[in-house]
Amino acid sequence: MLEIRNLHATVNDVEILRGINLVVKPGEIHAIMGPNGSGKSTLAKVLAGHPSYVVTQGEILYNGRNLLELAPDERAREGVFLAFQYPIEIPGVSNASFLRLAYNQKRKHQGEEELDPLEFDDLLQEKIKIVEMDKAFINRSVNEGFSGGEKKRNEILQMAVLEPQLAILDETDSGLDIDALRIISNGVNQLHTDTNAFIMVTHYQRLLNYIQPDFVHVQMNGRLVKSGGKELALLLEEKGYDWIKDEEENRQTAASN
Amino acid sequence: MDTLTALATQEYKYGFTTDIESDVAPRGLTEDTIRLISHKKGEPEFMLEFRLKAFRQWLKMTPPTWPNVTYPEIDFQDIIYYSAPKPKAKLASLDEVDPELLDTFAKLGIPLNEQKMLANVAVDAIFDSVSVATTYKEKLHEAGVIFCSFSEAIRDYPELIQKYMGSVVPVSDNFYAALNSAVFTDGSFCYIPKGVTCPMELSSYFRINNPDTGQFERTLIICEEGASVSYLEGCTAPKFDKNQLHAAVVELVALDNATIKYSTVQNWYAGDKDGLGGIYNFVTKRGKCAGKNSKISWTQVETGSAITWKYPSCVLLGDNSVGEFYSVALTNNMQQADTGTKMIHVGKNTSSTIVSKGISAGKSNNSYRGLVKVLPNAENARNYTQCDSMLIGHDCGANTFPYIEVQNNSAQIEHEATTSKISEEQIFYFLQRGIPQEDAISMIINGFCKEVFRELPMEFAVEASRLLGMKLENSVG
Ligand SMILES: Nc1ncnc2c1ncn2[C@@H]1O[C@H](COP(=O)(O)OP(=O)(O)OP(=O)(O)O)[C@@H](O)[C@H]1O
Ligand SMILES: [Mg+2]
Repeated sequence: MLEIRNLHATVNDVEILRGINLVVKPGEIHAIMGPNGSGKSTLAKVLAGHPSYVVTQGEILYNGRNLLELAPDERAREGVFLAFQYPIEIPGVSNASFLRLAYNQKRKHQGEEELDPLEFDDLLQEKIKIVEMDKAFINRSVNEGFSGGEKKRNEILQMAVLEPQLAILDETDSGLDIDALRIISNGVNQLHTDTNAFIMVTHYQRLLNYIQPDFVHVQMNGRLVKSGGKELALLLEEKGYDWIKDEEENRQTAASN
Repeated sequence: MDTLTALATQEYKYGFTTDIESDVAPRGLTEDTIRLISHKKGEPEFMLEFRLKAFRQWLKMTPPTWPNVTYPEIDFQDIIYYSAPKPKAKLASLDEVDPELLDTFAKLGIPLNEQKMLANVAVDAIFDSVSVATTYKEKLHEAGVIFCSFSEAIRDYPELIQKYMGSVVPVSDNFYAALNSAVFTDGSFCYIPKGVTCPMELSSYFRINNPDTGQFERTLIICEEGASVSYLEGCTAPKFDKNQLHAAVVELVALDNATIKYSTVQNWYAGDKDGLGGIYNFVTKRGKCAGKNSKISWTQVETGSAITWKYPSCVLLGDNSVGEFYSVALTNNMQQADTGTKMIHVGKNTSSTIVSKGISAGKSNNSYRGLVKVLPNAENARNYTQCDSMLIGHDCGANTFPYIEVQNNSAQIEHEATTSKISEEQIFYFLQRGIPQEDAISMIINGFCKEVFRELPMEFAVEASRLLGMKLENSVG
């Protein structure tokens, strides 16, 4: 479904991604971990097509197509979803109308009838159960005045409505209380099928107690330097990142000799 | 033979030297021009006196320089102040209309029959505009409502005109009001008798035989005791006019317990990207809450014109009277707008609300200018002002000039102001959810303008919000 080859990207002329390689198949869940500033959010935003990030090398194939040729909104309509690490507030625009517009854009793209506000409300009532969110939230402005955890939950609500094929969750678990973490994880598990895939950026192994990843990758300095199964996350929790850093440095000196 | 021709061939009364057979007055403005206009229109003596008085005042005045707008000096002697209205040739079908105009109509969602009316296409038999207009007129007649052109009103209701014209905006009020008072050609008149709630919204473009009212339009609305009316001016469809200067005067009078709601959507030609050729819109709009418990509410959506200079105001004379001003002013490219309101509290327990939303994009400049004035006898006056600006892009400007003059210390005045920007991150958030940029902007703008749109009649609100979206196409980088 997704194939990233030797991806390099810059922001403000600083190279942040320096050769990412990753293959994601339908039905898979990938976790990406790594120290602060290693470029995890950058990777997520490059996949979503954020205009501040410039791809300088490499390619991204999505369902066999060149993802980089698609505009950000086309990518979204094609099923790429990013749950933001820092969801933005949009004063004056209600959650319900925002979601309906997004949903209908996707329907239209798929050649389906758009839903009117009443029909959409029925759908929304169902989806809101998945994230166990208070109904009052759907009439509030998008993320405005939401607590950190509420914003994250709102991202998952949007995901539940849009049913993406490839969902990238950037630290959706950060800042969640224990109940919210369980609810959101349940949500992800409910939405997970063998035709869609998830990339979850996280700092904490505990998320992976709820959601079973097929692969765990460690990102450092703009590269995925180590990959493994779920046990890698446990190892990281126990030993931190230093040993990987050492390994990586050794590998690099070896390579340059 | 119509009255106009009859009067035009009448004996020459005032000793002016202009050729009265001509349908067009020569360029320039003198007392003779004014006599000609009045004569051509077959006006009674008092009307000519009114015009001449205004003209003599105008000669002593200079154009205002305080608005935050710049434009080349206007040569008032290079304007033609009168030309007889000529019927425009009807087009046979919409196929003959400029496709660009049709495209705009479609984007605005204007119904087909209205499109035809606006584009001057003959309307199908079933939807014959005349019959629509006739039922409209009959209904109003039953209710005792007078709704006609200003010229007809001068002819048919001279006592009302004499009593109220200039009672809210005196001829010497300001340079452009004086000019209008001297040379106005036509406009709308409406009168709601005592206790009557006007059975429908009055819309200036539904008025029968709506002539091209031209650049000096005049509107007078009178609501007698306990009466109420909602009046719509303009429409969202783009309006072109070869006259660059427009100086209208609107006067509203609300007596005891009367309510007037006046809504405007203005979308005049704004000029090209460099600002060439747009309309200068210099309007004086004022309402007088003359009676106790009366209410006047202005709602405006200003999107067109190269320069907009207008301050729909309320004079709150009657005790417990209420004034409201809800405004969206959008400027893009090289447009300039200096707009706002004046709320003059004279009576006791008067209250006013001002909600102004300024949106600037491109290289435009958008200023809010508002005055809240509480006179010494206005016990317990209250005002709430909310003044929000939104900037789109980096080259535009927004200013607010709030003036508050309080001469009675029981007054409660509240003022809130905010400035915001549509950020690239917000747009990206929409894009990431599959929503194209244009929809994103119109959604954000709609949210921003919600409190004002809420005041517009439903259908108008929908069109107005589309209009804003359209005006902002391609304006976020
Ligand atoms: N717009 C920008 N301008 C300059 N530097 C940027 C910009 N965006 C990101 N960076 C830099 O790129 C690097 C990678 O940032 P990124 O947000 O991708 O890290 P991350 O791995 O997600 O970190 P965290 O775990 O803290 O979320 C950081 O050093 C950051 O400061
Ligand atoms: Mg991050």
